[in-house]
Amino acid sequence: MSVIYILLTVSIIVAIIFFVAFIVAVRNGQFDDSYTPSVRMLFEDELVKEQPKSTIKTNKTK
Amino acid sequence: MVACETQCYHCGENCDTEDIIVQDKHFCCDGCKMVYQLLSENNLEAYYQLETRPGNAVRAEQSKAQYAYLDLPEVQEALLNFREEGCAKITITIPSIHCSSCVYLLEHLPRINPAIEQVLVDFVRREAAITFDDRKLSLRALAELLAKIGYTPDLSNNKASKISSINRSLYQKIGLAGFCFGNIMLLSFPEYFIISEDDLVDYKAFFGWLNFLLALPVLLYCAQDYLKSAVASLKQRIIGIDVPISLGIVALFSRSSYEIFTQTGAGYMDSFAGLIFFLLIGKWYQNKTYESLSFERDYTAYFPIAATKVNSKSEEEQVLIKELKVGDVIKIRNQEIIPTDSILKSEKASIDYSFVSGESIAIAKNRADKLYAGGRQIGASIYLEVLKEVDQSYFTQLWNQPVFQDNRVAVLSKTVNVISRYFTLSILSIALLTLCYWLWVDASVALLTFSAVLIIACPCALALAAPFAFGNILRLFGQEGLFLKNALAVEQLAEITDVIFDKTGTITSNKHSNAEYDGDLLSDTENLLLKNSLRGSNHPLSRTLYNILEDNNIITLDTFEEYIGKGIEAKHETINMKIGSANFVGNAQDTSVLNTTVHISSNAVYKGKFTFYNSYRKGVAKLFNQLKQHFDLVILSGDNEGERKNLTKLLPAKTKLIFNQKPEDKLEFIKYHQSEGAKVLMIGDGLNDAGALAQSDVGIAISEDVNVFSPACDAILDASRFKQLYHYVKASKAAIKIIKWSFVLSFIYNVIGLYFAVTGQLAPVVAAILMPLSSITIVVFTTIVTNLLGRKLE
Repeated sequence: MSVIYILLTVSIIVAIIFFVAFIVAVRNGQFDDSYTPSVRMLFEDELVKEQPKSTIKTNKTK
Repeated sequence: MVACETQCYHCGENCDTEDIIVQDKHFCCDGCKMVYQLLSENNLEAYYQLETRPGNAVRAEQSKAQYAYLDLPEVQEALLNFREEGCAKITITIPSIHCSSCVYLLEHLPRINPAIEQVLVDFVRREAAITFDDRKLSLRALAELLAKIGYTPDLSNNKASKISSINRSLYQKIGLAGFCFGNIMLLSFPEYFIISEDDLVDYKAFFGWLNFLLALPVLLYCAQDYLKSAVASLKQRIIGIDVPISLGIVALFSRSSYEIFTQTGAGYMDSFAGLIFFLLIGKWYQNKTYESLSFERDYTAYFPIAATKVNSKSEEEQVLIKELKVGDVIKIRNQEIIPTDSILKSEKASIDYSFVSGESIAIAKNRADKLYAGGRQIGASIYLEVLKEVDQSYFTQLWNQPVFQDNRVAVLSKTVNVISRYFTLSILSIALLTLCYWLWVDASVALLTFSAVLIIACPCALALAAPFAFGNILRLFGQEGLFLKNALAVEQLAEITDVIFDKTGTITSNKHSNAEYDGDLLSDTENLLLKNSLRGSNHPLSRTLYNILEDNNIITLDTFEEYIGKGIEAKHETINMKIGSANFVGNAQDTSVLNTTVHISSNAVYKGKFTFYNSYRKGVAKLFNQLKQHFDLVILSGDNEGERKNLTKLLPAKTKLIFNQKPEDKLEFIKYHQSEGAKVLMIGDGLNDAGALAQSDVGIAISEDVNVFSPACDAILDASRFKQLYHYVKASKAAIKIIKWSFVLSFIYNVIGLYFAVTGQLAPVVAAILMPLSSITIVVFTTIVTNLLGRKLE
């Protein structure tokens, strides 16, 4: 039965990984605006004929 | 004459004054056409495919120098979020964002001007975060570009993105509480079901310790707002809902820790984490209000930030309006707002005070006339001499009234606070009684039962009822066109006794649309000339009259001259017609000064006049008849008595009509009634109602476009929903009833819980079932009932 210690530790570590992922997502602003992205995704079709630009967020962290 | 049915391809307005055709597409004005051309040059025509006619009408009349103040370094400093060599970031509010096309266009701005690196639109808040190269594109040029394509930025009201940081921390708290709650639940499961098994004994301490470690961050981080606000309210000697909650939280945590440390039990850490989790969810639900609407605007939001000052060497320079001194000479261009009381130095001016009073007709002014702050110049640039500093002007003085300095404590709900006071006191006495009883019977369990009472009585359900019920009501009202600032407004709306209306712009729509002719009959040729002369004029009265008069043929006028602030003179064949003010037309002895009139003379012979009447909003009479049975009704108008006759005819007899009210008078009127015990609902629109709206118990600002304009208020009502006002009042009364019923429900749960607690048999599993169950019941109950209520609203 002492395997339960290992199991519990593993389960909590897995849970913590997900929790940290959530916190990182919040800090990156994923929950700041829950509406606009649903509009933004409609533009992707139009971009095909153009040189791809702007709306896709490039990792410019200046 | 162009068929009126043609709609502008860009903005969707009727092309009745102008019709410009480019590539088979109709445009109502040059502005719209230019935007279209700009977009099609830059391959942005998808703008018109995402939505039909998505554009905002571009009014060409915007002054070039409108954004000149953005060149001032201190203004830039205040507005930019971030600036480094060649990279500047700004978050701008753009009220006219209204559809997916808007998001598309704004986010593709880099195609129009490559100096713009990136634009991210927040649709709900109507904000755009723009990153641009400030060496290639000045802030001023950026603002001008936005204005040019119809997305006039609102720079006066830069609230920055404070909200998001609050929200982020709430999300983190919810995440942490949920994480701990789930894990503690899992670890407590064995405790619930197989308590007797011998195996478990070995692990009990381990589980307990793990639970304790998981619960610690919940107490220290997630619950800190409740604990802090409980301490704060106790310091002010108020017992709010946070006090019993904090009592419960502390009791739960210390009792559980005690059990874990002494290994006497499993503790209630699951209930503890669950409680915090549910409370935070409630808070989150309630925080989802109208972020995009601004309820706290004062005059500074409408006034320009800077003005053009003409110095002694007659050079023009931009100065911040708060630095204007008495005696300075300023230049006001077409469409600019007069920042402070001043004397007119130019010959003529035509001032539109619609911004202040809701009255849409411009008023003519002559040299040396006094001009009040808030007016908008229409026509050529004028020069003014500043008479008072900005914060001393007639208009801004309203904001020196104490009501605007008032920092009322933000309470979620008065009802909840009152109930929670009694609740807390009774819980404490029950707990103490239990303590005494058990001290007498069996002292060993006395402290345990005492803490059990505090635990089970923790008004979790009570605390959830208000956020869920009010949050839902706020959302439902929003769908129906009434946007409330907060939950308190619902409660106060339910308590009102008096309803006070402003007249112009509130019960009347902003436009004059009725006119009656009084005088000698006009001949056919005169009628023809009249209609044709009016076509050429852009004055609002001319446009109205033009639309009222019957259609006529188009003729070419021999001469046409418009005198700003006076009238029109037009000639065709033998007739020379003058249309305009009484003086202009040559009828100096006109007596009716009360109404808005347009006079007509033909070949210097006075013919007659058109008198304009306000057109009342649809359903005004019906609304007043509904309201009169329950409330005292008053009309408080800043205008003269010209409309008294019409109003008495239209409205129920007991409606009080009071005219010639200055903004301060309105405020005092409401204050006086409140001192007599009345709860006042004020409905107004213009900035002249701002004092009254702030003083009243509930101030509703009525607005044709809820995103654009409203003075500080408790609620913003979509003008088209005006006639439903009574339903909102009824619904808010019902909402209060719902809250009370959900209290009753949560009391029932509390009584059941108390039975277990007082008799000393509160097992962790009972607490773990009872607490979430009561919370969920309340949430389900309030949501269902408020939704039923919402259906009734429709």
